[in-house]
Amino acid sequence: MQIHLDAEKCQGHNRCYALAPELFDVDDFGQAVLLEEGDVPADLQEKARLAAANCPEYAITLTD
Amino acid sequence: MTDTVQNDTTTDADDATASEPGSGRFADRDTIFGDSPEGTDVWQRVPYNPDDYGPVEDFATDFDHADPDYNPNAPEVWKELRESGCPVAHSDRYGGMWTPITHDTVHEIAYDTDHFTSRAVVVSVGRPGDLAMPAPIGGVPPISSDPPFHGMARRLLLPPFAPKQIEPWEDEVRVLCRRLLDEMGEITPGETVVDAAVQYAQHIPVNVIGRMLGFPEEDEDLFRRFVHEALETVNQEPGTREGLEDLGKYIAAQIEDHRVNPRDDLTSYLMNVELEGNKLSDDHVGGSIILLLIAGIDTTWSAIGSSLWHLAQTPEDRQRLADDPEVMTFAVEEFLRAYAPVTMARLVAKDHDFHGCPMKKDDWVLLPFPAANRDPKQFEDADTFIIDREVNRHAAFGLGIHRCLGSNLARLELRVAIEEFVARFPNFELAGDTRWSVGQIRGPRELPVRILAD
Repeated sequence: MQIHLDAEKCQGHNRCYALAPELFDVDDFGQAVLLEEGDVPADLQEKARLAAANCPEYAITLTD
Repeated sequence: MTDTVQNDTTTDADDATASEPGSGRFADRDTIFGDSPEGTDVWQRVPYNPDDYGPVEDFATDFDHADPDYNPNAPEVWKELRESGCPVAHSDRYGGMWTPITHDTVHEIAYDTDHFTSRAVVVSVGRPGDLAMPAPIGGVPPISSDPPFHGMARRLLLPPFAPKQIEPWEDEVRVLCRRLLDEMGEITPGETVVDAAVQYAQHIPVNVIGRMLGFPEEDEDLFRRFVHEALETVNQEPGTREGLEDLGKYIAAQIEDHRVNPRDDLTSYLMNVELEGNKLSDDHVGGSIILLLIAGIDTTWSAIGSSLWHLAQTPEDRQRLADDPEVMTFAVEEFLRAYAPVTMARLVAKDHDFHGCPMKKDDWVLLPFPAANRDPKQFEDADTFIIDREVNRHAAFGLGIHRCLGSNLARLELRVAIEEFVARFPNFELAGDTRWSVGQIRGPRELPVRILAD
């Protein structure tokens, strides 16, 4: 599973950071930062799905 | 927007107490909500007399969010509109107003800053005229600002409200909630009735934002009156809304006080922060403070109240919170989805055909995020509260560039307020009539609940 964050779409709702802090951090402005671009480890894939499914701005995409 | 009135107490600037309310230049600007006399081109009275209308009979053609029956019954109103195939309601009130009801239409307008300006975000009987603060800035930046100024003004305010700045407030919020619960006094289960809105919810956000701004704690009642004036008296004539004028004077005095005694709080932060190398004007500082006070008060108070109103009627949800505290991660978002308090507004920037709706320049557009949150096309079982709903892209904090700046603080307050209330009172029920707010912010203003045995 690949994960991608579209920083242009992110409006700082911080849902991803709350649900999957292993995958996302936030910067000083509250904007999401993807900790590691690309492959999501197997044990974090459920959290990645949760983060993507709760982003109000559809800024997170997952691909197989 | 005059700069001509000088502060006549500046000579006493060494003495903080010399800052009389109304002394700052900011006090002279009466256009915060456009509340200046008619005919000045700063504020234009819209051709609308509420007395000509009366109670709403058909929300599709005569929508009025300030109808006293609207907030108590809003979810039913949205459902009827959706099911009757009306994605955008209309009204001749307020000089012409459109209300999209579906998630798609709300989403589209929230993103379209070309056709919809934020220069006024609270619908009332007046709107900004040609000489009002221009659209890119607006009276209360950045909520009243459009791109590109919006992004700059917002960027100044983002850091103090970022998650890592807000998280440390948790303990203080918790202490405050416990104190309010203590102050309810002796509780006899099965008998004692407390007002969860008046004695609890309404005190939490006002206390926190007041402390963040560095305003005196004893002024909380004043803030609440200001908010009421701004949001619940939209049908009153401009010039008769005295609270708004007082608010301007109050803020001016606070700015003066902080000028003399700078301290580590948001007010001093705003007065010192730089935008392109320049400090902010008093107008900008004052407008942003007003925004923070108003946006930070009855919104979260409403969300806390609505959540407790829900829990008073759902023993199974109370039990789930008690048995499984982890579920709160999802429960908070579901409270926000199902009981989102905030409907924003826009003005149509230029004539625009919106899916067949002939929108005219200066028409109002309501953005009912709470209605979008109950659209069955976007949410499964949208009208059902599912405490552990895992997929929840709710729009309680808005969508697009104006996402609620205080969302991290609001979430913290909502979560802690519910946690503390149900920890103290695991069982409670409605005890009498809930009184709902009137206007764009939806939530209980009186919420009597009877405390039951654990």
